[in-house]
Amino acid sequence: MSTQPPQHEHEESPADGVDDAESTPPAQQRREDAKADKRSRDAQRQAEADDAAKRDEPTRHIKVFRYDPEIEGKQEPRFDDFHVPFEKGMTVLDALIYARDQYDPSLTFRHSCRQAVCGSDAFFVNGDQRLGCKTQLSELDDPVRIEPLPHQEVVKDLVVDMDHFYEEMEAVDPYFDPDETPDGELEEQRQSRENREKVKMSTRCIWCGACFSSCNIAAGDNQYLGPAALNKAYRFAMDDREGESRKTERLETIEQEHGVWRCQTQFSCTNVCPKDIPLTEHIQELKREAVKKNLKFW
Amino acid sequence: MSQSYNRGLIEDFGRWREFSAGMWAWIFHKFTGWVLVGYLFTHIAVLSTSIPASAGETVVYEGTQVDVYTGTIVALESLLVVRILEVGLLAVAVFHILNGLRLLFVDLGIGLESQDKSFYASLILTGAITVASVPTFIAGAF
Repeated sequence: MSTQPPQHEHEESPADGVDDAESTPPAQQRREDAKADKRSRDAQRQAEADDAAKRDEPTRHIKVFRYDPEIEGKQEPRFDDFHVPFEKGMTVLDALIYARDQYDPSLTFRHSCRQAVCGSDAFFVNGDQRLGCKTQLSELDDPVRIEPLPHQEVVKDLVVDMDHFYEEMEAVDPYFDPDETPDGELEEQRQSRENREKVKMSTRCIWCGACFSSCNIAAGDNQYLGPAALNKAYRFAMDDREGESRKTERLETIEQEHGVWRCQTQFSCTNVCPKDIPLTEHIQELKREAVKKNLKFW
Repeated sequence: MSQSYNRGLIEDFGRWREFSAGMWAWIFHKFTGWVLVGYLFTHIAVLSTSIPASAGETVVYEGTQVDVYTGTIVALESLLVVRILEVGLLAVAVFHILNGLRLLFVDLGIGLESQDKSFYASLILTGAITVASVPTFIAGAF
């Protein structure tokens, strides 16, 4: 409507003035008045639009993967573009929430705590597995491509099927299971400071599945436990309170064919982990433990 | 849940521009490993000409009678393409050695936080050694 550049109006004005001076029949006068009126209304609207543009001046362009097998027109995957007003400190998850609330309520993604603890909003953002709530938009180049996690099947939009990941996690018994418990029911099971430091990073896992999704080996070998499950195994196998026989059992689980030896040290998992867990380091240590357990020269 | 979408290969090599240092190190290590295995077979094929050579078999090379083994080697070395391939072989072997040392440290759990730097270092060192070897390999080929 009001996209005419301002100088165009200035060019027109003198010509209109000449017309007025030569002959001013009432009908034409009325038309001229109407024209002037419209021009002023246009100018006003333009000013309003300018104001609005000034108010939401910084916008960010996000491209979001869309797919919905249940609706005929959406079965072919596509990317939707959203322009989201940028605020300082805005995260990828904030942008998605804005796009869903303001533009398209059918946009589907998992999220919960928004503080990198629940582990439900891992996405593939600009080619990396990241937590939506922990990734600042200001760190990313426009347009920000947001896709579901690779190597997991897409259920809808950004929601992937996590069942396989959870199966691998459960396979290593991801819970504290000591050989002996103290006699008194309320007695503490104490851990040394050194031992706590050793397992500290591995306890930070939030089951987001970013590492599992980044792992090339897990993508090709469906039975491979994957970095998250191996990290869980490390967390408990290295815990002194569990005792030797449980540790041996745990090592037997992880040293199987599709266990720790599938790791090819590509460091993809370590690079993407949103909780900065040194996954490769833990897997390598489990490898050494497995070798030590089996090598007997005496 | 009944239907889901599998994005296929686009997730893997379609994204090679986004690969990180550790991934490239792995790919190069596999590639150089297979090249070295391939070389091993041709190497054995060339060496095995020394068996008839020890039995006194000869060929005519540029008007003179030489034994089969010497004839094969001299004929191969006179080809420019073989000289260039030798430079490539050296590059491949040097990278495989240096990255192998890097992987040894990774297996021992030493310096895992600087694994990307050690990959870049092995690349640069490979490049330097390869460039330095060019005069030796190409001398007299033209």
